Amino acid sequence: MNRFAELLDRLAYEPGRNNKLRLLTAYFRDVEDPDRGYALAALTGALSFKHAKPGLIRDLIAARTDPVLFAFSYDYVGDLSETVALMWPKTPSHAQSAQLLPRKVGDVGEHAIGHNNPPPTLTEVVTTLRMLGKTELPKQLSRWLDELDETGRWALLKLVTGAMRIGISARLAKTAAADLGGKDPHEIELMWPGLTPPYPDLFAWLEGRADKPVNLDPAPFRPVMLAHAIEDTDFVNLDPADYIAEWKWDGIRVQAVSGRDTRGHQLARLYSRSGEDITKSFPDLLPSLHLAGAIDGELLVMREGRVQSFNVLQQRLNRKVVSPKLMKDYPIHLRAYDLLGDGETDLRTLPFAERRERLERFVTKLDDPRIDLSPTIAFDSWDALTAARRDPAAAGAGEDAEAVEGVMLKRRDALYLPGRPKGQWWKWKRDPHIIDAVLMYAQRGHGKRSSYYSDYTFGVWTSGESGDELVPVGKAYFGFTDEELLQIDRFVRRNTVEKFGPVRHVVHEPDQGLVLEVAFEGLARSTRHKSGIAMRFPRVSRLRWDKPPREADRLETLERLLKADASHTPTLSTEMDADSRQEKASG
Amino acid sequence: MGETRTGLVVDYIIQMRPQDILMPVAAGLCCKPGGFHIDPVRPVERAVITHGHSDHARSGHGAVLATQETLDIMRLRYGDNFAGATQAVSYGEEIRLNGISIKFHPAGHVLGSAQVAVSGKDICIVASGDYKNAPDPTCAPFELVPCDVFITEATFGLPVFRHGNAADEIKKLLGSVALFPERAHLVGAYSLGKAQRVIALLRAAGYDAPIYLHGAMEKITLYYESRGIVLGELRPVRGMKKADLAGTITLAPPSATSDIWTRRFPDPVTAFASGWMRVRARARQRGVELPLVISDHADWDGLTATIEATGAGEVWVTHGQEDALVHWCKAKGLAARPLDLVGYGEEDDSDPLPAAEDAQA
Repeated sequence: MNRFAELLDRLAYEPGRNNKLRLLTAYFRDVEDPDRGYALAALTGALSFKHAKPGLIRDLIAARTDPVLFAFSYDYVGDLSETVALMWPKTPSHAQSAQLLPRKVGDVGEHAIGHNNPPPTLTEVVTTLRMLGKTELPKQLSRWLDELDETGRWALLKLVTGAMRIGISARLAKTAAADLGGKDPHEIELMWPGLTPPYPDLFAWLEGRADKPVNLDPAPFRPVMLAHAIEDTDFVNLDPADYIAEWKWDGIRVQAVSGRDTRGHQLARLYSRSGEDITKSFPDLLPSLHLAGAIDGELLVMREGRVQSFNVLQQRLNRKVVSPKLMKDYPIHLRAYDLLGDGETDLRTLPFAERRERLERFVTKLDDPRIDLSPTIAFDSWDALTAARRDPAAAGAGEDAEAVEGVMLKRRDALYLPGRPKGQWWKWKRDPHIIDAVLMYAQRGHGKRSSYYSDYTFGVWTSGESGDELVPVGKAYFGFTDEELLQIDRFVRRNTVEKFGPVRHVVHEPDQGLVLEVAFEGLARSTRHKSGIAMRFPRVSRLRWDKPPREADRLETLERLLKADASHTPTLSTEMDADSRQEKASG
Repeated sequence: MGETRTGLVVDYIIQMRPQDILMPVAAGLCCKPGGFHIDPVRPVERAVITHGHSDHARSGHGAVLATQETLDIMRLRYGDNFAGATQAVSYGEEIRLNGISIKFHPAGHVLGSAQVAVSGKDICIVASGDYKNAPDPTCAPFELVPCDVFITEATFGLPVFRHGNAADEIKKLLGSVALFPERAHLVGAYSLGKAQRVIALLRAAGYDAPIYLHGAMEKITLYYESRGIVLGELRPVRGMKKADLAGTITLAPPSATSDIWTRRFPDPVTAFASGWMRVRARARQRGVELPLVISDHADWDGLTATIEATGAGEVWVTHGQEDALVHWCKAKGLAARPLDLVGYGEEDDSDPLPAAEDAQA
């Protein structure tokens, strides 16, 4: 447990992806089975036991500490698990603990009086928690807390409360495991649904001690094929006749797989594009996946036959509990654009045009209101496609046009290849919205950027009580080049008016300040921002050294855009979280 | 104080109350009968200084009484004219001022740090300054001084602060250096005391490669060496090529570790050696990637154990988390109160980088 705790502790502070991988791979190399397997399970969310509630943890600490000191401490630390981990009193005496607290149910006396109990292993914690009854949990937990050190207790409490939050995705953990054997993480994704913790066969293969585990899963994930962003200069070399075009939907890319297990039971799974099993979040879609096959498509919310905006879909993402109300208010829908498997047949080696035909037949046969076909766009020249992209409503997208975020181009003869093969699929996104905003505050970045002011809060003009004033409308921390970062950093350092902790208040007067051209994908109402507006994917697209702040845009411009853009968009109550942002960003 | 207040009038005349000997005033802790202040925050005529950290040892006093090391450190930091006159005192040596006795005892905080025992006729007050009761090869170990009134710091006066074994933290640092040999490790540490202790701990752990120093660390560290503290091979980081700093450890003032100055290092891992690193939010707030819980103050267990061991019936609690420690004392049946002294904080906050270093980027 201590080595696992050390790993979690270090990962929680490490901002860099590659360094996280190094830490994880080193752990998998150093630690033996089955501990490392359970660690991989914990990091990929593959462990399920009844989680301890915060109330239980509170009761445990209340019985052991002065309530006033606890209150002071909790107030200072701000996190219950961490406070408890830090102030958990040391075991009174070993002799006493050995007498009063037998290590395991049923083996009283195994440990001689006066011996210190060694801290539990991760395996012991996981296997015990799986079998433990609810009434036994408090006693067992306090026993472990007695045996562990501060970091160990923190990790244990994070584990048992099911709130790890250390910025590690399942994908990253699997990639680190793959690195152990110099394998492609896709291979692990492929076999993953067939594996169970603590994965001894996986590690044996990664260390070259055994053959590759065979995935016997009836509904496996297949690594997805991705598109390149197309540039204007690319078109001259492309022949429109070679391509099929579709709308690019503003939803979540998923793979919906259905198959029969060895006993003949139909089984369906839904995967994110990185291979994460998200079936549990969308139980309402499962009955629709009643034909064996693998659909590549876009997850959308559909109301009265109309595709809703991404903001609406967001209400369904990353939910642990899916209530009937949520399913009713946000009816889920799958819009299919590729077929990777039909029954037992793998279609990935067929050209796209043929797969598309198979898909059309498959969807017809499926005959389900929750699953439909993503239409193709008729075009005979790049000019025609340009016009369609500019006005999707008139080019066939009709009332769904607002959920279109561009067009996709797929070579008719493209096989379904994992990764981002060159020249096969292209994405041609709608042009972003652009505004000129004024840099107001800057904050240092993390990791490699920790000495640079790289996080920028920007604002637009609005009329205030004493004339025009700037109101913050968003934050951006990418989009600029390294050279531009240096320039902004220098500007921030030279034009700081005030410092509030890590935040620098940068000069922003009508005639003094820096105008940033900000590109963004859309707007939503937000109660969290003073301006009442939240931007999607804001990034700095240009530095407008030439423009005085006075000439930057006004809030009214954004208000107008919001009205035109999203007349039926609900209030965005939560920020788009990192996962869905990532899913979208590279989609 | 409750006890003296209920005493007979006749007792009152004979017996001195603690606050007759020492009381907090705007300039700091004042001993009226002795005519001096302890660690005053503004210039006074006569100052008794517990240790060299800049929030305790300031320049501009008429006369300063302190250990030789503290005086030397003040001279290094403020120049030769940091005080009108100075008087060095050794641990255990007694000085008498107008019927008041002053005695210095090791505080285990940094080199030269002292607790000051101030005694009247029949009452002894120990102003402990900053102290720690954990082992530290770079300074004299904390000495327990029995007293009637104990003035304790409360920097880490919450039960969440437990510093553990510093050697384990050094292991963590060395583990990281081994895992990332192509990166530089940058350890933020206060330049007086913490930096030298980290170096000594690294040496004790068997690390014998050269250790690099930020310019602001050099003078004090050289002074430590001149006092016989062995720190192994140290090199200024100034002028080093970026590539050559891969796999090395550099010590720098905490404020420098998020500064432009760090751009000279290859993909640096930012560590920070401080008791504050126990709390995640504090570490994250500072952008620390490798928090090292190494403190030159007593932790909660250290504070409470020390208070009990002094046998003091009354405890005055100053700079830090006074409320929690006062609460603990009262629960133990000790008279306790927070001492409202202002002007003490983290040394680094009042320790701006020398201009030359800042501009070097």
